Amino acid sequence: MSKKRMLLLGDEAIAQGAIDAGASGFYAYPGTPSTEIMEYAQHSKFAAERNIHRTWSANEKTAAEGALGMSYAGKRAMAMMKHVGLNVAMDPFVNSGITGANGGMIYTVADDPSMHSSQDEQDSRILGKFALIPILEPSSQQEAYDMVFHGYQLSEKYMTPVLMRITTRLAHSRAGVEVRDAISQNDLKLPEDKRQFVLLPAIARKRYKVLLENQKNFLAESENSVWNKYLDGNDKSRGIIACGLAYNYLMENYPDGCPHPVIKLCQYPAPENMIKKLVEECEEVLVLEDGMPMVEADLRGLLDRDVKVKGRMTGELPRDGELNPNLVAASLGLEMKEGSPVPEIVKPRPPKLCSGCGHADMYNAINEVIKGKYGDGHVFSDIGCYTLGALPPYQSINSCVDMGASITMAKGAADAGLFPSIAVIGDSTFTHSGMTPLLDAVIDKNNIIVFIADNSTTGMTGGQKSHAEGRAVEIVKGLGVHPDHIRTIVPIRKNHEEFVKIIEEELEYDGVSVIIPQRECMVTLAQKTRAAKKK
Amino acid sequence: MKCDIILAGVGGQGILSIATVLGYAAVESGFYLKQAEVHGMSQRGGDVQSNFRISDKPIFSDLVPKGKADLIISVEPMESLRYLPYLSETGWLITNTSPFKNIPDYPDEEKVIAEIKKQPRHIAIDADAIAKEVKNPRGMNMVLVGAASVFMDLDYELMKKGIEVIFGKKGQEIVDANIAALNAGREFSKKNK
Repeated sequence: MSKKRMLLLGDEAIAQGAIDAGASGFYAYPGTPSTEIMEYAQHSKFAAERNIHRTWSANEKTAAEGALGMSYAGKRAMAMMKHVGLNVAMDPFVNSGITGANGGMIYTVADDPSMHSSQDEQDSRILGKFALIPILEPSSQQEAYDMVFHGYQLSEKYMTPVLMRITTRLAHSRAGVEVRDAISQNDLKLPEDKRQFVLLPAIARKRYKVLLENQKNFLAESENSVWNKYLDGNDKSRGIIACGLAYNYLMENYPDGCPHPVIKLCQYPAPENMIKKLVEECEEVLVLEDGMPMVEADLRGLLDRDVKVKGRMTGELPRDGELNPNLVAASLGLEMKEGSPVPEIVKPRPPKLCSGCGHADMYNAINEVIKGKYGDGHVFSDIGCYTLGALPPYQSINSCVDMGASITMAKGAADAGLFPSIAVIGDSTFTHSGMTPLLDAVIDKNNIIVFIADNSTTGMTGGQKSHAEGRAVEIVKGLGVHPDHIRTIVPIRKNHEEFVKIIEEELEYDGVSVIIPQRECMVTLAQKTRAAKKK
Repeated sequence: MKCDIILAGVGGQGILSIATVLGYAAVESGFYLKQAEVHGMSQRGGDVQSNFRISDKPIFSDLVPKGKADLIISVEPMESLRYLPYLSETGWLITNTSPFKNIPDYPDEEKVIAEIKKQPRHIAIDADAIAKEVKNPRGMNMVLVGAASVFMDLDYELMKKGIEVIFGKKGQEIVDANIAALNAGREFSKKNK
């Protein structure tokens, strides 16, 4: 076996792991902090040589289904997404637990506790548990790499999809990873049971029993997993369960070894026997987990009897936000001396639209017409760089909820009688989840104006290819918007008056108008210009 | 050997090139390394930091604990102050003094410098000016690497080699210009520490 070391982000370690573990396809939609998994696979020469599928999907649902199709065909597949992306993919995710897998199938979901770049900090482990599938939670980049091999074996052994749960901190942290020799990809092989994936009620009921029957196997795998470790300690006044990355924060505080018994928990379902031993031997149990208090709540149970459990629910740790070494030290009662406080003169520096960004020109026009004449409160927006239009100096938008919600919320508000009712959505977000909302509005002949801010890229995540590139107008036409009310404009300063005029004209029209400001993202344009210069 | 560093700056200023050079030297020396970066939304002109840890022993946390950083290396003066709670009692604050003003309420520059000078161990260096002096106006980051090199148990020759490896594709001229920036920063720290 080769002993090659690479310096990899957690995301990159997972991509390299999947490539080396014989994956035949990656399926994903960009979303911080999961984006770099696909980007790494796309840039990997080895992945190209192996002819691995690695182009972006329209959204997380199509990604999950694509991966499931590859699994059906007997090959190893990975679907990657951020935590809220799993909500979009929830239908295939949960039902694939019931169909089961054929070729190895891993969902890699990157959670974002502390909401560094997200709308919420939901914990995907809870959704993995909901889908009744095994969950892996690496505590290091090396484990992330190795666990992909393990995950595929587990998946094929029990014919089940597996969830790999990581968080921002691991996704975007770099460390040395020892890589293995690559193994070959699976051959095309259809499922033995040709009705395995047909979830007609009669079949689904049988398949569900198979999944339920498998629970004891999944538990046994966790009890015997190399990733779950019972590390004994002399001081039984407290036992500690440290999940995933939290184990590192614990050990950071005990460089010479933890005096208390510790369970390092990286594979779920939670190993019951191991935890039972800890509970019986120790006076109390402290649970350290990044995200929501899942293990803690399970351990406490509804009636909070018998076991003394501490953690996020009892105030030893904050109920929300990402863990760190200092918070864990405080929960252990250890003192940690901080440096001097941040001087008062230090001001927050929030992110903002790049200088020269076309979204700014769009908001200047919208503000002049809409906010200027009708006041604040008429603009529903979406997820992307243009969400920064909520901040000064624009303060143009009044909502950001989920991918695609701008159009449907504008529709609902118009149904309620709001005029004008405006939606602002990016081109990539539009093809992710905005097309069906627009169809709803067209069918109902809603009086709304939809801005599709078309910068030919998925900007916020760093400029990935947008499915809408070059086809936004055709899609809108195809969905039934009247061609006279599909307006395009180049959003630059000298076109401001024309932009304002277009908005005013469309306000006169009682129906669905779509205005498409089209100008490439400054960042991707600069990248392309630099690349062209090099040539 | 253990060195915990907070790299600080504003999204787009390129703090990660500092990490790349130091990372090269650390890995070539056989040290363990963990480096947590900021990707995504904050990159658009917001405050960004990277936790950079090297050690001759395995490293657990990807994050530097508060009160444990040996160095803060900041490419922007106000940003250097944002991470003071991380600096250890014996740690050094190394910062560029040229401000990056992209917010309307940026504090008075003199007050920022005064706060930096309150720190018992600091290097306040006009890295932008020094980079221009060595005719490498884009080499500000390497000036700061040079300034920090004095306080690190990391082979200086390997840092130079890191620059060769990273900038080599762009030609020998760029490599030399960045090594000149590195040397200038190092000289400044030697004189002013």
